[in-house]
Amino acid sequence: MSGYFGDKEPVDLKRRVFAAMIIVGAAFFILAVRLWLLQVKDYDRYAELAQNNSIRLLRSTAPRGVIYSSGGFKIADNRPGYELYLVPEDVKDWDQTRQMLKRLVNIEPVDIDEKIKKAKGRPPFQAIKLKEELTWEETVKVETYKFEMPGVILEVSPKRLYIYGEAFAHLVGYLGEINDKELSESKPEDRYNLGDYIGKYGLEKSLETAIRGIDGGKEIEVDALGRKIKLVNWLAPRPGGDVRLTIDLETQMAAWEALRGSVGAVVAIEPSSGRVLAMVSTPGFDPNQLSTGISTEDWAALIGNPLNIMNNRAIQGLYPPASTFKPLHAAAALEEGEVTPQTRIYSGPAFRYANRSYRDWKPEGHGIIGVHRAIVESSDTFFYQVGLKLGVDRLAMYAKGFGFGTRTGIGLANEKSGLVPSPEWKQKTYGKRWYEGETISVSVGQGYMLVTPLQLASAYAAIANGGTLYQPQLVEEITRQDGGPAQVFTPVAAGALPISFENLAYVREALFGVVHEDGGTAHFLAASGLKIAGKTGTAQVTKLIERTKDVKSIQYKFRDHAWFAGFAPYDDPRIAVAVIVEHGGFGASAAAPVARAVIKAYLGEPPAAPQGPVPQEATPGPAGDEKQPISD
Amino acid sequence: MIDRRVLTHFDWPTFFVVLLLAAVGFASVYSATYTHMQTIYRKDFYWILIGLGCLLAAVIINYSLLERFGYALWGSSVGLLVMVVLLGRSTAGAKRWLSLGFFSLQPSELAKLALVVALAKYYSDRPLPARGLALRDLAVPGLLLLVPFLFIVKQPDLGTAIILWLIFWTMAIVVRINKVTLTGLVITFAGMIPVGWRFLKPYQKARLLSFLYPGRDTLGSGYHVMQSKIAIGSGGLAGKGFMHGTQGKLMFLPEHHTDFIFAVLAEEWGLAGSFVVLGLFMALIFSGLNAANNAKDRFGFLVALGITSMFFWHVTINLGMVCGVLPVVGVPLPFISYGGSFLITCMIGAGLLINIMMRRYMF
Repeated sequence: MSGYFGDKEPVDLKRRVFAAMIIVGAAFFILAVRLWLLQVKDYDRYAELAQNNSIRLLRSTAPRGVIYSSGGFKIADNRPGYELYLVPEDVKDWDQTRQMLKRLVNIEPVDIDEKIKKAKGRPPFQAIKLKEELTWEETVKVETYKFEMPGVILEVSPKRLYIYGEAFAHLVGYLGEINDKELSESKPEDRYNLGDYIGKYGLEKSLETAIRGIDGGKEIEVDALGRKIKLVNWLAPRPGGDVRLTIDLETQMAAWEALRGSVGAVVAIEPSSGRVLAMVSTPGFDPNQLSTGISTEDWAALIGNPLNIMNNRAIQGLYPPASTFKPLHAAAALEEGEVTPQTRIYSGPAFRYANRSYRDWKPEGHGIIGVHRAIVESSDTFFYQVGLKLGVDRLAMYAKGFGFGTRTGIGLANEKSGLVPSPEWKQKTYGKRWYEGETISVSVGQGYMLVTPLQLASAYAAIANGGTLYQPQLVEEITRQDGGPAQVFTPVAAGALPISFENLAYVREALFGVVHEDGGTAHFLAASGLKIAGKTGTAQVTKLIERTKDVKSIQYKFRDHAWFAGFAPYDDPRIAVAVIVEHGGFGASAAAPVARAVIKAYLGEPPAAPQGPVPQEATPGPAGDEKQPISD
Repeated sequence: MIDRRVLTHFDWPTFFVVLLLAAVGFASVYSATYTHMQTIYRKDFYWILIGLGCLLAAVIINYSLLERFGYALWGSSVGLLVMVVLLGRSTAGAKRWLSLGFFSLQPSELAKLALVVALAKYYSDRPLPARGLALRDLAVPGLLLLVPFLFIVKQPDLGTAIILWLIFWTMAIVVRINKVTLTGLVITFAGMIPVGWRFLKPYQKARLLSFLYPGRDTLGSGYHVMQSKIAIGSGGLAGKGFMHGTQGKLMFLPEHHTDFIFAVLAEEWGLAGSFVVLGLFMALIFSGLNAANNAKDRFGFLVALGITSMFFWHVTINLGMVCGVLPVVGVPLPFISYGGSFLITCMIGAGLLINIMMRRYMF
């Protein structure tokens, strides 16, 4: 170790101290010159900037992309909305400002304090949003008295406008202020700020990134009283990408009109592509009200409503498919050879199995019938027997083949997958073994089996198009916000039905018979001339009530759910529809008229309504001729 | 331990310069915070008192003790940095503080002194090569730098890391680096700039870019510097008067009582005040160099020089940033910016300068 006295004076090193002094002197000289430049030479300029005191920051909200229908009609647009901002640093007289804000725009002083507290940590002179959606009257008042309230600024910013309101409520969704959770979960590069609006529901939520746009900012120069003098700097906001949906406006509106007042859902799909033409869930809500700051009471009422208004029944409602499952069942049985077009089975008023009696909906029964007629008349006892032959495993396999039990992947949040029951599932879920009696229930779409209206519409679209199961598609194209080529979405085939082309044609023919043959459960639709093919269904809510056609006599909540699923025109399917009307009673009377209205809106009035059924050939292709139905 | 003869050589001028700087600092922090953060200037006052105590302690001990325990000091400073990683308190995404109950310590500040002492000990323990340090002679000092440096970069505290780096090279260059080695190092570092760029955080890149292109982002990262320039420039020759500044008080910067305190000062005291402060810093640095020049041994020389370089770099970078001639880096202004750990570091540093100056005749 070098001792205390060990080192000599480090003369060699000390020679460098002089050089260090020169460097230090030079650095300080530069700093001094710089200070002189700032404080003397450019004094006037900086003094003026400080005097005007001077730059205020206002964020400019980017307009969200416009949402169009397939035909190019605006569904969600932007309109100007007045917003009130406050720059606390500019407020001269707090008491007066608080009083005036209370008087002019009815903002409570405590709310102001809370907003300021919440914005802690903002850059200085950045304005705080106090209130949005000022009425015209309030805007005028603030404008009139603005000189008495330094620091208060009025700004215009784009607000969402849902032109068709409730009709698109569940599909398009709504916006809301970003909450703490969303804010903390958002990525920093997304640049969300407190007070920003974010898609909360429906397409507004799932398309958020594409249609949100990039906010800009304004640097405005203000005078000592906080009044705007001029715009110093303007970073233009970049609007979000515009979206064109696959939805047909007229069809959607017709669906909404037809379903209004009842509880249920409609989904319409173009069979050849999987494009969704309409999607409605009732009861609806007003997305305009929700997007502009709903009162706490109104929100509580909406959330607390026993009808679950905020559920999109088209993708979240789970119902037993009931008799609408029979055509799928028939297709499975034909495919497996358990029945053939020639098979005839006695289908009486009830079927006894294991000491229990399983009733048919028709008290007098159907007599000896084949598959075609069983679908047309919707015989329960026929399918009980076929279902037992087929067995629950094969039924489940085919149900899955039609897309049941899996989310369609339509791209909306909280889509339900439904349920296809099987013995393994029951063992796992309830720890109990499967009973054959339950197979009987499943064979007519009752029991544990649950589907969403979207799944059913998608399955019928696949039946209509000859066996391709498309992924339902809502968005046709999105214009990119950076001006690049638009993003165009093409149909995505999710799979093929496990049913041969001939068997599907046979089922389609039977579905046509449901509407166009005597004794068909939806025969009254024949008069529409739209060549509708489809199937009614009545999902049991409870087994206790004696079933009767006098629906009105049954207490509302015990009434069955009414289904209709089908497509049209029969020979060239252009639309497939599924309708559910909750507690609507019989499918034929409650749901079928809705389907007719939707189909009519899409296809237009037929040229001349043909009278009764049209002759058909034995094996019609998708665009083939029609054939006299087999009657048993 | 303390010799009466030593006291007669007490370096009063340096001590007064420090007292004046601390007083200016307190006045500025008071003016910047009395409207809305009263606890800050009170704490600043206590820190100054504690700091002066530390200064006196640093004067009294014989600095040969530092030489004896040089590496131990370095080791314990690294130990504190490890503790920051393990038990540190995070604020705004950075983990820099150790909470000690009633106050928080920022070990990265003390690491600066520890580095100076350790390097001084290393360079004075052995004969220096006549042709200057070659790369292998820099290996151990490099390690002494790199260990605390990496911990501090990790926190992240870019400002302090840069200061450590500059202290290291200042000392190495004064000790003298072999010409060939020096050229090679300059070329290597120049080549590494693009690589280093990729390691910067987005906000750091934004600051550098807005420095290079001032008009680029006046809403965001350029905003601070613009507001700082307005405050300084509007001070004019004589200033707006104590506690009459408008820009500084209006909270135009979150760091208006720490890194940007000079803007508050220059606004209220004008060019006159700025020059006085500049003069005080120059006096401090020159007396530091003077202490080095008078040191009786190599260790004393190097400690005095290292501490002086710390002051120099802090002052230059901070003032350069506030005036808009250097990019925004979080480097505080010695004795003036609010911040307990850094104030104590500066006080100890000044105490050591006085110490070395005072013992110049002791053989």
